[in-house]
Amino acid sequence: MICLIEKLKKEYLGRSIVTLLGIVIILVTLSITGFLFYKGLGTFVTYNHSVWEFLFSSDWKPADNFDGGGKVGAAIFIVGSLLISFLALLIATPFSIASAVFMTEISPILGKKLLQPAIGIFVGIPSVVYGWVGLTVLVPAIAHVFNLPYGFSVLAGGIVLALMIFPTITSVSVDAIENVDNGYKEASYALGTTRWQYIYKVMLPSATSGILTGVILGLARAFGEALAVAMVIGKMQTFPDNILSATNNMTAEIASDMGNSAQGGEFNDALWSMALLLLIISFIFILIMRIIAKKGEEVK
Amino acid sequence: MNKKIKFNTKNLDLYYGDFQALKSINLEIYEKEVTAFIGPSGCGKSTFLRCLNRMNDLIDSVKIEGEIIFEGQDINGDIDVINLRTRVGMVFQKPNPFPMSIYENIAYGPKCQGVKDKTQLDTLVKESLVKAALWEEVKDRLNKSALGLSGGQQQRLCIARAIAMQPEVILMDEPTSALDPIATAKIEDLMSKLKKDYTIIIVTHSMQQAGRISDKTAFFLMGEVVEFNETPVIFTNPADKRTEDYITGRFG
Ligand SMILES: Nc1ncnc2c1ncn2[C@@H]1O[C@H](COP(=O)(O)OP(=O)(O)O)[C@@H](O)[C@H]1O
Ligand SMILES: [Mg+2]
Repeated sequence: MICLIEKLKKEYLGRSIVTLLGIVIILVTLSITGFLFYKGLGTFVTYNHSVWEFLFSSDWKPADNFDGGGKVGAAIFIVGSLLISFLALLIATPFSIASAVFMTEISPILGKKLLQPAIGIFVGIPSVVYGWVGLTVLVPAIAHVFNLPYGFSVLAGGIVLALMIFPTITSVSVDAIENVDNGYKEASYALGTTRWQYIYKVMLPSATSGILTGVILGLARAFGEALAVAMVIGKMQTFPDNILSATNNMTAEIASDMGNSAQGGEFNDALWSMALLLLIISFIFILIMRIIAKKGEEVK
Repeated sequence: MNKKIKFNTKNLDLYYGDFQALKSINLEIYEKEVTAFIGPSGCGKSTFLRCLNRMNDLIDSVKIEGEIIFEGQDINGDIDVINLRTRVGMVFQKPNPFPMSIYENIAYGPKCQGVKDKTQLDTLVKESLVKAALWEEVKDRLNKSALGLSGGQQQRLCIARAIAMQPEVILMDEPTSALDPIATAKIEDLMSKLKKDYTIIIVTHSMQQAGRISDKTAFFLMGEVVEFNETPVIFTNPADKRTEDYITGRFG
């Protein structure tokens, strides 16, 4: 009897602690979201700017005071963020898929021994180091190769970000491929197909929804990264003419000016609006991932 | 009746690492017959079946000694495995259609062999489905996902998929063990029709099934073939005490 009570106590205690911690996390997430909305909407409520101006104008001269009257067009940062992130995706995805295929189908032994640990190391490197290496190696190299006065550019940002999101896309893709029903492989081989025919026509199509999830996760990571990008993008207040031009993006702008603006002023609130936009975009990414995952389930 | 020998193994040993799963197997498989492998599970039936189309190549630890003569050629040697697998098809225990349309499932094998002509593929798909007794049920939804079919239909689709390669031999590893009795009856019925054109080798854990559909039966026990003979002989007058014990249900 006592034993039973003890058991119940333990059971309930464990369950209560877990539930409590869960509730705390939910509350924290909700408060952060609420806070971002509260701060981010100031631009539109307190300082009377239109959402249209914020999203589509490139005139960025917010007033660092409480009277307002500046310009809060964030289009350059938004375009900068989009360009760099998609460029990073474009560079990283082929390498990631190729590595994932190599690790799962071509040489699992070599893959597990060499590539997997290497990817682990990639994940562990702090972003300031990526940025620093980019600044020291990549930026001069781009200047040299393309014969430019300096190499700060969309391309530099894209490459640095590609390195940073490569492990994410790769490891999610490896999981997706390992989840492909082994029966498909046996069925394919038994029909006299080659390994590549199986990989192209059955394995990759079956793993597509999982791989896409990895791609979106990578995109989300690319979108949110500030430090490394800020170091190599050039922080130029212009739209880039091409991928070799310098520009700026949302995270870099927030990071560089958040400490230089008065709390609650128009400038500061405009930065909060960009933070809110980043949050909304990441919600959209999560939504897309959910939809893809659901589609993937339906196919199965 | 003097039938041709299709497969013929000589002192076939197979090891998974240090574990010997097949011990000196000597078997003759005759053309256009149904040969059944029976025996308790874990006795090497699947392992042996997978030797015949070199599916064990997929498992790193496997080591094979002895000969497997297929149409006069030892397939354990340095052969064109792709070619072998197009001639020796396989149907698995769990129906495993690809996550594609019914049409694409069947056209997949021929397409991988380089068949591109649409009309030729159409004909092949239809003929294979007709032979697998599935055409009537799916002719209106060839472009729908194969995963929407019932288990029994999926397994007949897998048979159609194997037939589309125009193989000489079809290997079946407990093809009805995941199916209900009605679906099972349909597949057994199909097998007796298919043996006119193909050599069929089937692993089954159901002695009744072996009795109903096979011409010859091999009884496997602990990696050895204890007895191999005409099916009626195995079931009514087995030579080995262990075979008799097994078929009378005294063990296994
Ligand atoms: N991939 C494998 N690796 C190691 N041992 C295996 C493997 N596959 C089967 N075996 C072993 O080989 C023996 C025969 O297995 P199997 O051929 O599947 O038997 P059956 O089909 O008669 O049930 C079993 O003891 C099994 O554990
Ligand atoms: Mg088996």
